[in-house]
Amino acid sequence: MELIDQHTKRIMEGCKQRAWDQGLRFEDESLEYIVTNRDLLELSPKIMIPTLYDYWVHDVEVMKGKGKYELYPSNPYETVINTRPAISFYNDNNPDWLNVMIFYHVLGHIDFFQNNLYFRHTWDYDFAGEALSDKRVIAKLRSEKGRWVDYVIEFARGIDNLVGYFGELSRLNPPPPLSHSKRVDYYFDIFLQQIKHVNTSNYIKEIERFNQCQLGDEALCEDAFFSEVDRRHPEFNALYRKHIEKKPKVRLDLYQFIVENSDFLAKEENQWILSILHVIRKTALFFQPQIRTKIMNEGWASYWHETLFLSDNRINGHEVDFARVNAGVTAMPRVGLNPYALGMRMFYFLEEMGDKGKYSYDFQRNQDIRVRKDYDRKLNAGKAFIFDIRENLSDFTFLNTFLDQDFVTKNDLFVAGKRLNEERMVWEYYVKSRKAADYRKMILESLYHPPHIEIDHTKSNNGVLYLTHHFEGKPLLKEFIPNTMLGIEFLWGAPVKLETTEVVSRVAPPSRPSIPGLPAPTTDRPRKREIKWQRVVYTMEDRQLTKEKL
Amino acid sequence: MKRELQKRFDALLQAGLDPQRAARLRRELMGPQDHGDPVPAQETPVDPTLALADLGIYDYHDLLALQDNPEPKASYANRIRSIDELLERDKLRAKDGFPRKIRLGRMIKPGKTGQGKVVVVPSTTEEKFIHDPNFSEEEEEQGAGGSGQGEEGEVIGEQPVRPEQQGGGGPGQGEGGEHEMESSAYDLGKILTEQFELPNLKDKGKKRSLTRYTYDLTDKNPGFGQVLDKKATLRRIVETNISLGNIAGQPAERSIDPSTFLISPQDKIYRILSREKDYESQAMVFFVRDYSGSMAGKCTELVVAQHVLIYSWLSYQYANQVESRFVLHDTSAKEVPDFAAYYNLKVAGGTQVSSAYRLVNEIVETESLANDYNIYVFHGTDGDDWDTEGKEAIPELKKILAYASRVGITVVQHGSTSTTKSEVERYVAKSDLLESASTTLRMDVMQEDSDESRIIEGIRNLISE
Repeated sequence: MELIDQHTKRIMEGCKQRAWDQGLRFEDESLEYIVTNRDLLELSPKIMIPTLYDYWVHDVEVMKGKGKYELYPSNPYETVINTRPAISFYNDNNPDWLNVMIFYHVLGHIDFFQNNLYFRHTWDYDFAGEALSDKRVIAKLRSEKGRWVDYVIEFARGIDNLVGYFGELSRLNPPPPLSHSKRVDYYFDIFLQQIKHVNTSNYIKEIERFNQCQLGDEALCEDAFFSEVDRRHPEFNALYRKHIEKKPKVRLDLYQFIVENSDFLAKEENQWILSILHVIRKTALFFQPQIRTKIMNEGWASYWHETLFLSDNRINGHEVDFARVNAGVTAMPRVGLNPYALGMRMFYFLEEMGDKGKYSYDFQRNQDIRVRKDYDRKLNAGKAFIFDIRENLSDFTFLNTFLDQDFVTKNDLFVAGKRLNEERMVWEYYVKSRKAADYRKMILESLYHPPHIEIDHTKSNNGVLYLTHHFEGKPLLKEFIPNTMLGIEFLWGAPVKLETTEVVSRVAPPSRPSIPGLPAPTTDRPRKREIKWQRVVYTMEDRQLTKEKL
Repeated sequence: MKRELQKRFDALLQAGLDPQRAARLRRELMGPQDHGDPVPAQETPVDPTLALADLGIYDYHDLLALQDNPEPKASYANRIRSIDELLERDKLRAKDGFPRKIRLGRMIKPGKTGQGKVVVVPSTTEEKFIHDPNFSEEEEEQGAGGSGQGEEGEVIGEQPVRPEQQGGGGPGQGEGGEHEMESSAYDLGKILTEQFELPNLKDKGKKRSLTRYTYDLTDKNPGFGQVLDKKATLRRIVETNISLGNIAGQPAERSIDPSTFLISPQDKIYRILSREKDYESQAMVFFVRDYSGSMAGKCTELVVAQHVLIYSWLSYQYANQVESRFVLHDTSAKEVPDFAAYYNLKVAGGTQVSSAYRLVNEIVETESLANDYNIYVFHGTDGDDWDTEGKEAIPELKKILAYASRVGITVVQHGSTSTTKSEVERYVAKSDLLESASTTLRMDVMQEDSDESRIIEGIRNLISE
């Protein structure tokens, strides 16, 4: 791995200047490396982080196939990584004009990394630097503890998709302090609703009284309001004080809970395990936002490489070359999902919405197709609108909010179905639906989504760790349950239980009875199978797995 | 064909069938009856509209999209170094009380030309709690995205159903192909023998020699010998006389007078009896696979994977001197020329085990293989047989047992029928052959969801002394 030459670096600096002028915001330092095939071989198992810790699985072919992104929620071939400074990787034989295009794309990503709030927890440190010191820690431990270090890494990685990413985000992005007092919140949100159980009309009356009160002198309002409350509910003040004293409950993820509560890890001789758990948890947290913003991130980068490239005077004469490469990247496939193409079209669509003022109650309410088509308030606020979106949304919120029928119709999108034609023994792809709701459903279902598994504190007793899988319509992959639980039991040092939901039986739609002499019945349109679900508890004790029905 | 099957099915029905089995047989009967083309359908061009259909959102990455840089390929040399290390590590795992993690996944790379081309991919999985990716509430696969013209319901492209998706179960075809490490079957056999502690073949009595000698009149010798080689002798005489000047100039201008030729004793070329090294093929392995309709999916995968491993193990044991024959059967049996066909033909039709055994007997008889070879027969099936009592299969099996060194029957049980024994299991057990011919006949029954260690365990059962 070596740095790009001075000539190419100058091109990059020129790109940065143009990007800043257009409103992108990112730190001015960045590192660009030339990578060879050999470098990529070493980098890709380490998810392009050159300083990541060593682990034997990195040297082995890992079983791939369906579901691999649920297991490895990080892109093994990222061109740019979210470090400080950001590092990006290039082929050594790219022509200058192509480098310009890639530089703009990379800058789009860097801007996204450094501004999107889902990356908030990665902003305050350099991951590559910390990874290097972690790598040294693990290497040192390995020289002392031998293969047991690898077992711990393995078991810790086994739960790295359950890391408390959103908990971490909400700790870093606390809601803005409210203008009114906590006493008011407590009175309306908890006291009236949960303790007094007042009915709706009385509740509204109280709100009305509070609003009336505020119309007068604001400083005195609250006291005046609560003097009346005191008179009516003498117990209110005592309850309120008690409420304030209660510490806000912090939700711990599985790592944190094990670290804090495991008797096994509390032992002196097992302290070294804590540092490994810490490293694996931090690494998992670091990679979480990437996969949750894939479409936005690629769309944003593609939007900007296209916009900035075409306005760059240095590459005159290469428009055709650019068009060819760019089409390959951002064309919508006839069948398939291309995150670059989809994300970029979304951003163009939203920019237009912002420019024409379509993101407004006035427009959304209007169902007249002609009015909707010609609607234009000439606000010219599109750029600001998409900058705002890139800061605040993730793939799910982005698509769930903005992927509407106008977008689907405009881009000729549809859900493609695949069915078996038994007579000709071919898979037929067909246009299944052009409804935005179906398209949205299809794409949301293909987004990364780890199972929601939490510690059940009420059922965790006598040293047993009780995990509850909140069922969301999909069962867990059974083959992976034993080894994952084995790992948790090892780290926890005591029995572990997992409550989950499984299929008892599924009834295939009744097939028509066959009549001798006639051709076999062809399959009808797909029907939902009737599935019977059953709640079960797995118990891992002394490395033995048992299952019982609830 | 189908009518005949229907007749047999009706007869079976009348004789009384348990409902589960009846349903299974009916499925076989109603299913496709055609095993397709042995050539993998990959050769048919892919519809360009569908080229990207299988790529998901997360399959795209910048290096490929922008820089046209495909996933890097690891070289064979890089990987071979690590396999011994990995297996060593795996042994230690077992010692420490954790399940083994290294699998020799995706082992078959059927080439059209070379049988026995085996690809060893040491692979592993990192288990986590994840949603079952194969689960779907609907019968049809989840839709993909699409764009462009077309009314709802309109078919926009089609793709042939690949045979290996249904039958051969080609695990991992087309994915990660570039990463694969190639090794010969011999290497895999070595790994199996050494690392997985499969038994070595015991030499019975005396050491087997890998070579034998035959004596034949192949060598040429001037001056003396058993038989005069007239053509070679004449050529030598002409050469000698050219150099003496007895034959000169253009033969067309002047007639040649052979009476003037001088003949030296050394010009007479004789054939002489000589010792010829002749490599003996020591083992002939018949791989027999049930490719009836009920074998769809995991069953076939297991059987084929096991057969590859057995083949590799025998290759190692017999120092590559293994010949193999491939027999497939549904209600009738046929021999296919190479592993590719054996591997790729998809499942269809009913089941008649005896047909396969009969074919093996025929081949052995007509080619009189029994004298020259150690014969092994390995048969993989799900245990279903329309010949419920084994009335035809057992006599044929007895015939095989008369000459074979080992017959190994692998029965892969369907999950749903695990409580009851399958037909093959039942009639083989009933025939007492497992006891009376315990040195030659072995049967191994495994579940449909068995993993690789179970497959290897199965091989141990089948081949142990």
